Amino acid sequence: MAYVAIADRDAPIHDPHTFIEKYIWSQDHKVIAIQYAVVATFVGLIALVLSAMMRLQLGFPDQFHFVDPNRYYQFVTMHGMIMVIYLLTALFLGGFGNYLIPLMCGARDMVFPYLNMLSFWVYLLSVLVLLASFFVPGGPTGAGWTLYPPQAVLPGTPGAGWGILLMLVSLGIFVVAITMGGLNYVTTVLQARCKGMTLMRMPLSVWGIFTATILGLLAFPALFVSAIMMTLDGTLGTSFFMPAISSMGENPGHAGGSPLLFQHLFWFFGHPEVYIVALPAFGIVSDLLATHARKNIFGYRMMVWAILAIGGLSFVVWAHHMYVSGMNPYFGFFFATTTLIIAVPTAIKVYNWVLTLWKGDIHLTVPMLFAIGFIFTFVHGGLTGLFLGNVTVDLPLSDTYFVVGHFHMVMGVSPILVVFGAIYHWYPKITGRMFNDRLGKIHFWLTFLGTYAIYLPMHYLGILGVPRRYYALGETEFLPQSVHTVNMAITIAALVVACSVVVFLYNMIVSLWKGEKASSNPWKATTLEWQTPETPPTHGNWGPRLPVAHRWAYDYSVPGAPDDFTPQNVPIDERHPSGFGHGEDKARR
Amino acid sequence: MSNTAIVVALLVGIAVWFAVASRLTAKPWENRGEEGDVGAINFSPARVGLWVFMAVVTSLFALFLTAYAMRMHHGVGWCHLTMPRIAWWNTLVLVGASVAMQLASSSVAAGRRQFAQVALIAGGALSIAFLAGQVAAWQAIGPSLYYIQGSPAIAFFYVLTTVHGLHLVGGLYVLGRAAQRFAGGAELVDLRQSLSLCAIYWHFLLLVWLAVFGVLQFL
Repeated sequence: MAYVAIADRDAPIHDPHTFIEKYIWSQDHKVIAIQYAVVATFVGLIALVLSAMMRLQLGFPDQFHFVDPNRYYQFVTMHGMIMVIYLLTALFLGGFGNYLIPLMCGARDMVFPYLNMLSFWVYLLSVLVLLASFFVPGGPTGAGWTLYPPQAVLPGTPGAGWGILLMLVSLGIFVVAITMGGLNYVTTVLQARCKGMTLMRMPLSVWGIFTATILGLLAFPALFVSAIMMTLDGTLGTSFFMPAISSMGENPGHAGGSPLLFQHLFWFFGHPEVYIVALPAFGIVSDLLATHARKNIFGYRMMVWAILAIGGLSFVVWAHHMYVSGMNPYFGFFFATTTLIIAVPTAIKVYNWVLTLWKGDIHLTVPMLFAIGFIFTFVHGGLTGLFLGNVTVDLPLSDTYFVVGHFHMVMGVSPILVVFGAIYHWYPKITGRMFNDRLGKIHFWLTFLGTYAIYLPMHYLGILGVPRRYYALGETEFLPQSVHTVNMAITIAALVVACSVVVFLYNMIVSLWKGEKASSNPWKATTLEWQTPETPPTHGNWGPRLPVAHRWAYDYSVPGAPDDFTPQNVPIDERHPSGFGHGEDKARR
Repeated sequence: MSNTAIVVALLVGIAVWFAVASRLTAKPWENRGEEGDVGAINFSPARVGLWVFMAVVTSLFALFLTAYAMRMHHGVGWCHLTMPRIAWWNTLVLVGASVAMQLASSSVAAGRRQFAQVALIAGGALSIAFLAGQVAAWQAIGPSLYYIQGSPAIAFFYVLTTVHGLHLVGGLYVLGRAAQRFAGGAELVDLRQSLSLCAIYWHFLLLVWLAVFGVLQFL
């Protein structure tokens, strides 16, 4: 079967002339990626400020009067939803997916550039609708990021009118945006790879983003369905989720709905969502580790299969979020089993990352520091997941700070460390400038140690039984004074970590002008995006001729090769007149 | 639980097919230099994009219908919906639209312009008739808020027909653009893919409607 011609078109598939076509209504995947990244970062900063305000209340109760109970719940809700959906999902798929897929696959652009452009603008619309909820009567919803009915739409919950409506509408719009983008990412990976780029020669970053996109395309409809049905419950008075209930002395008129149905739908989306965020991070961190350890990734094929296995299994574990909602014990047994099974491919990946580092020529660059930091936090978060995956252990720990510590470690801190590592790694390619290394390292240590200072004590609080989602703990007998001291320390650490983001932003912005000019391949990496004729890559990426992949993405420190890296587009004969042929390969194995 | 088993079996099947079709057993560290076969599916990007989109829509409706079944069994106050007579006629109309779209596609492929024109007009007209028929079905079932609030089955009927109808409207937009090119005298060979994809999409929407209709009527 011949490779597909779409990748080999000589002419760019769209041809911008004006400033607006180039930078605003742009169809260029690189510009769209940056647009996605800027908006996601902006909205993520808002979520960061919200978390700082929550921590102020928790660390210093009733000292900051602008954080009243209603606002506290609104901050919790918006922080969670923004971080998971509008920052991490958008950044990994819309940002890194857009930038990396065509460049790493050797394509000129996405296969549907116009749809790609629409995807960004629809995403921006979803963000604007979400942010509008801060300015409507009642403010944003305070129902918690899971938006469980019946309380999400009942009066008494902050933002029960306009707030929840705008949240649901925004989520619906977001699903449309991510579907438009997802169609592009999947089709581009399947159809627009350059000559020689077999699926098994693709870098793991592309594998991670590709699989996460498929998860997104199949799981986000569950969020869409639940958003539509809850909107109707809240506005037209239907009873999909709303049971017969008396609220604040009044009968809202609902009857017979099933709140559990919402939970099933939400988590059928919600658990794959964890992997929609994690799989791109898995892929990217694999590439960072291999590049900066100057070593091929250990067990490439196993890594690909593990990504696919995790993706498949992620659809059959959702109810482990609902152990305390009440379910048939056999269901609990089933979901606990699938949850523990998913640990197998995940552990394979962790072993392979560590074995990639083993005897590598480790360069402790800023991206590498973040990648190694990720291994620590992810192992930590993964191990606490084993506790919560078991029904009997989960029951006492459910709704405590143990859970907060777990999920922040595994799907908050870990992916964010990869995001930072990836931004530092690809910054020279995206901007053509190097960042300030010293500031980068300061940022890493503040973030890495700071997040441990925040989340490690939360496990201790959880085991003591400190409940999550409480505005104030007050004086209770079962909580020792140390709980309040720990809460105070966590808040101080959280504020320090929040401030470290300023160091990051300063570094990124100032280096745009003052950074040293970057060479085209400063990390001496093998993947195709580092082999573009110009840095930053221009429109169409590859100049007159598309690259041809002659090898896989991990030819680092190959015995007999003149350098410790051999780019994917280097033919055997040009770089190695005698070649390091199959016989030598076999001897090495 | 049996639904979960079916979903798992389906996912495993797709994964195995994908692994075999994409040669995921290859050892890329061995075959340096061989340009090899990229293992891409031999379809146009638009065709692949449509299939991926249909997978998303399948997921959407499968979840809606699962929610319907769960709401029926888990909630209380369920009152079964009997589909109005006009919904049966609408089903026939959509079958007609699907057949017409297939005829339009195959006559464009065979180079029969005049027949293609008739089939295209018939396909579009029957689709619009289907949408009008669905609105009539709303009227027949009970258009007031009283019924929507009172019966979850009726509320599901409204939601499912609206979402399905919106997908058909999207298809009509694409069909309209192809018809515009057709009327503007575009070469049939250039329209072949568009109409072929439209026909596939119409068949798909027919299948979705049959699933929706079947669940609402018989479950």
